[in-house]
Amino acid sequence: MQQILIALVTMGVGIAGCIAYFWGSNFLLDVIFPAYGKNATHNLRRSSAIRPWLFMGPVIIILTIYLVYPVVNSIYLSFHGSSGEEFIGLDNYIWLFSDEKFIESMGNNLLWLVIVPAASTLFGLLAAALTDRIKWGNIAKSLIFMPMAISFIGASIIWKFIYDYRGEGDEQIGLLNAIVVAFGGEPQAWITIPFWNSILLMIILIWIQTGFAMVILSAALRGISEETIEAAVLDGASPLQIFFKIKVPQIYGTIAVVWTTITILVLKVFDIVLAMTNGQWGSQVLANYMFDWMFRGHDFGRSATIALIIMILVLPVMIWNVSNARKDV
Amino acid sequence: MDNIAGKSSLLSWVVNVSALILVLLWTIPTFGLLISSLRDKDQLASSGWWTSLTSVERNLIERSAAPDEQVEKDGVYMLSGNVFKNGGEITAFGWSSKKPNGFEPNVVAEMRNGQTMSVATDGSYQLTSPKPFTGSRGKRIFIRSIEDPKFTLANYSEVLFAEGLGQSFLNTMTVTIPATVIPILIAAFAAYALAWMEFPGRAILLVTIVGLLVVPLQMSLIPLLRLYTNIGIGKDYIGIWMAHTAFGLPLAVFLLRNYIAGLPREIIESAKVDGASDFDIFLKIILPLSFPALASFAIFQFLWVWNDLLVATVFLPNTEETLVMTGRLREMLGSLGGNWEILTASAFVSIFVPLIVFFSLQRYLVRGLLSGSVKGG
Amino acid sequence: MANLKLTNICKSYGEIDVLKQIDLDIKQGELMVFVGPSGCGKSTLLRLIAGLEKITSGTLEIEDVVMNDVPPSKRGIAMVFQSYALYPHMTVRDNMTFALKIAKIPKDDIKQAVEDAAEKLQLTDYLDRLPKALSGGQRQRVAIGRAIVRDPKIFLFDEPLSNLDAALRVATRIEISLLKENMPDSTMIYVTHDQVEAMTLASRIVVLNNKGIEQVGTPLELYLEPANKFVATFIGSPAMNILPSKVEQPGLKTLVSLDSGGAAMVPIATKNADLNCIFSLGVRPEDVVVTTGDDYIFEGKINYVEALGEVTLIYFESASSEEHVIAKVVGIHNFKRGQMIRLNADPEKLHLFDSEGLTCKIKSNQLG
Repeated sequence: MQQILIALVTMGVGIAGCIAYFWGSNFLLDVIFPAYGKNATHNLRRSSAIRPWLFMGPVIIILTIYLVYPVVNSIYLSFHGSSGEEFIGLDNYIWLFSDEKFIESMGNNLLWLVIVPAASTLFGLLAAALTDRIKWGNIAKSLIFMPMAISFIGASIIWKFIYDYRGEGDEQIGLLNAIVVAFGGEPQAWITIPFWNSILLMIILIWIQTGFAMVILSAALRGISEETIEAAVLDGASPLQIFFKIKVPQIYGTIAVVWTTITILVLKVFDIVLAMTNGQWGSQVLANYMFDWMFRGHDFGRSATIALIIMILVLPVMIWNVSNARKDV
Repeated sequence: MDNIAGKSSLLSWVVNVSALILVLLWTIPTFGLLISSLRDKDQLASSGWWTSLTSVERNLIERSAAPDEQVEKDGVYMLSGNVFKNGGEITAFGWSSKKPNGFEPNVVAEMRNGQTMSVATDGSYQLTSPKPFTGSRGKRIFIRSIEDPKFTLANYSEVLFAEGLGQSFLNTMTVTIPATVIPILIAAFAAYALAWMEFPGRAILLVTIVGLLVVPLQMSLIPLLRLYTNIGIGKDYIGIWMAHTAFGLPLAVFLLRNYIAGLPREIIESAKVDGASDFDIFLKIILPLSFPALASFAIFQFLWVWNDLLVATVFLPNTEETLVMTGRLREMLGSLGGNWEILTASAFVSIFVPLIVFFSLQRYLVRGLLSGSVKGG
Repeated sequence: MANLKLTNICKSYGEIDVLKQIDLDIKQGELMVFVGPSGCGKSTLLRLIAGLEKITSGTLEIEDVVMNDVPPSKRGIAMVFQSYALYPHMTVRDNMTFALKIAKIPKDDIKQAVEDAAEKLQLTDYLDRLPKALSGGQRQRVAIGRAIVRDPKIFLFDEPLSNLDAALRVATRIEISLLKENMPDSTMIYVTHDQVEAMTLASRIVVLNNKGIEQVGTPLELYLEPANKFVATFIGSPAMNILPSKVEQPGLKTLVSLDSGGAAMVPIATKNADLNCIFSLGVRPEDVVVTTGDDYIFEGKINYVEALGEVTLIYFESASSEEHVIAKVVGIHNFKRGQMIRLNADPEKLHLFDSEGLTCKIKSNQLG
């Protein structure tokens, strides 16, 4: 309880600090350049030139330290040894591309990149289409959207329980094996089977992300002009035709947005792999591999290099976003 | 669409059923976890949660009372008692592992050396022997019993008080509250400046922030860890608050700026004519009107920080005083892999708060998602 | 004395000029209306006066003080916006007191000012409501009330009626004009694209077009003596008929002939050099009369007739002039489509524009 109190006090101090900074700096500005007296005009011009920087200041400083500097520093580290001190040229990169685990991670990541966004978007679209047409649609949406609030690690436990394996002959308490047994199959220790274990891990992320895709696609579908749909009805199109030929083409843009958002998430995902297999049995991915080299390998150079690879994979999306943003600035 | 004439009811039936299947698929995993966490530890380990409402048939091995409790009567030595502590129903019993279910209840089974065993349906047993029972432990009694379903909160009290999850819950709170509130204020001021103030470099700043939206967190960890060590912040709450604040800022600025830029220009001009300074306008006009956007970001940031494992693992020491819930769950998964009663209860404790936040504030979350992704988030 | 003086004001966004060389004097107590087609720069001019846009060059003085770089709140103005710009999260009372609180006016004075304004605008019962609980007309009155409580030297109205429906617009227009009568010392500047609003409200009108001022004058001056063809056609509805005509005989009175065969002796002086030039003869639809005689200005085939009851509008087929020629005759008439008729007008009501489009101003009787 005392701890929460400290947290609340800190929060109070933090907020008070923020307010003190903004209010105080603003007040100072008004005192230094008063908006009256003989220099009023001159002062006003000065203060309105400075004020935006007071508002922007904290964000610029924090982002520089926490996001811009690290990018630069990671590039620097990737050319240095495990302690980050001695310069070793391209050795990290050479090591990387001959490292079996890295190649396995890259392969798995590509698989993740193809399957997770595709499946999430597809299920999301299906869920959006279905829930928009039923009376209890809002409840259904809520329930499908719910996994979004669950941590990756919590979701991992939920699904590990489903994939749980008991020796043959014992009663299976994992849902998946129980179903397999019910159909006369043999229970398996699923997460130890290479390739299939990756798929099972992906299912967790798909389960989480479908709700996100559904919410956005459903809004896009409802944004389509009613009249184009009514026109199609009058033209004699069947519901399926209306969906695929009239509705879906009108929301390609939104589908692309959903797809790329999930793509970025996939590149960063590490909790699920860490919790389920920790990269064993051929299920390693880049983000977890980087974590591995950082905490178990204690090699700053190598892990920074892997982080850079993730960054490079994200780069096309970043460029796309930035060019979009520039259009409406 | 619903009013169009001649719409087939078959289609609507198919749609309803498909939606139901989809919803079931998406809720069953969580539902199973919740049910399991409430079940009795032994039942949880021996049968699937989907059977939890039916009685469980189990094979158990119990022991009779120890030989020093035997009673002699007419030259026959007897041991008696009840195998159940909490009641139940015997469907079969046996005295050796070869035939554990060899006898019906109430039948008197012949054992070696003239000994006999009988177990009644209610679990009361009687062993007889012509010679005194020897040894220090009682005889093994193999029984098959039917147990009523048992639900309990014991798992929860165990994880909260004995497994240290309670402490972790507090730690998570300590991390989450400031890390949610601090970025909002900072970002709101910047968002206002980006939306309504004129200064050189505004467009470049905005584009940079959009670019930073997708920078992988992994990138920042090592440089920041080294930086923290160099300037001596060490692994402490202040470090993680700042880190979460920083990682949440691009989204916060982006969301809020989009919202604030969409407020009517005339209202802001009107306030200027009324003599309000930029600071007044921000505090008295912008902040109150931006409540929906502030709420959506707050929910995002709350869920993200609460559910985060990576940043917490890197910036907080792995000690009892600071281990957050996600970190604790991860440790349990490693060390208590088979103890499902602990894992399910812990997992549910950890997702309980986010679920409440989710269900009560869902509309803000949705609104935030939509405004963030219209332009590419 | 609250007067406002604009000297050689220019405004440009980068390369694009929006306003050029505006000179204007507004005296205390005037209700000055800026009118013009959309894109003429009238709203920009208002925003320059308010201080919401920076002046590119020239000077703006209010009560002989240069205001170019003074922030809006220090100019002694209040503004009513097109969308009212009420603060949606504040009650009517808070909306009205916002500026006063910022200016740190004593509480009692604020209360008094709000109550006075609310009474004047019949808003007393609504003071504690949020804007969303008010009708369009009530919101409009709150916006005006918010301006009144500040007791400004100059009121600025930016198309305040354009969001109201037709009936309410008339009612509110009357309210504004009564308000002006109650506050004879306050100066008001009012922007609109609706010339009826301009004519009914203004003590003087500024007609803007194409980045500059076309004419400044009282409503009737503009109607009777437009400075040029643009003002002539912009003020009045339906617009003035403009008929190309050739100067046959210049002098104290000018004889012009029209393509359609008509001719007119206009009591306006022209120079000898104007002989045979193509001028424009202007005649308002309401000034023409139907004639059967040989003395006529215009003859044409009827294209369309609109019978409105009190008046009948006759549209003529025409090849030569840019617009339809329109006649507005009082009463109900039985004209048919395709019928040829002749129009004449009182020569005193004719207007003559030279080849530049400027009004030939010298009337014969003024020389006389």
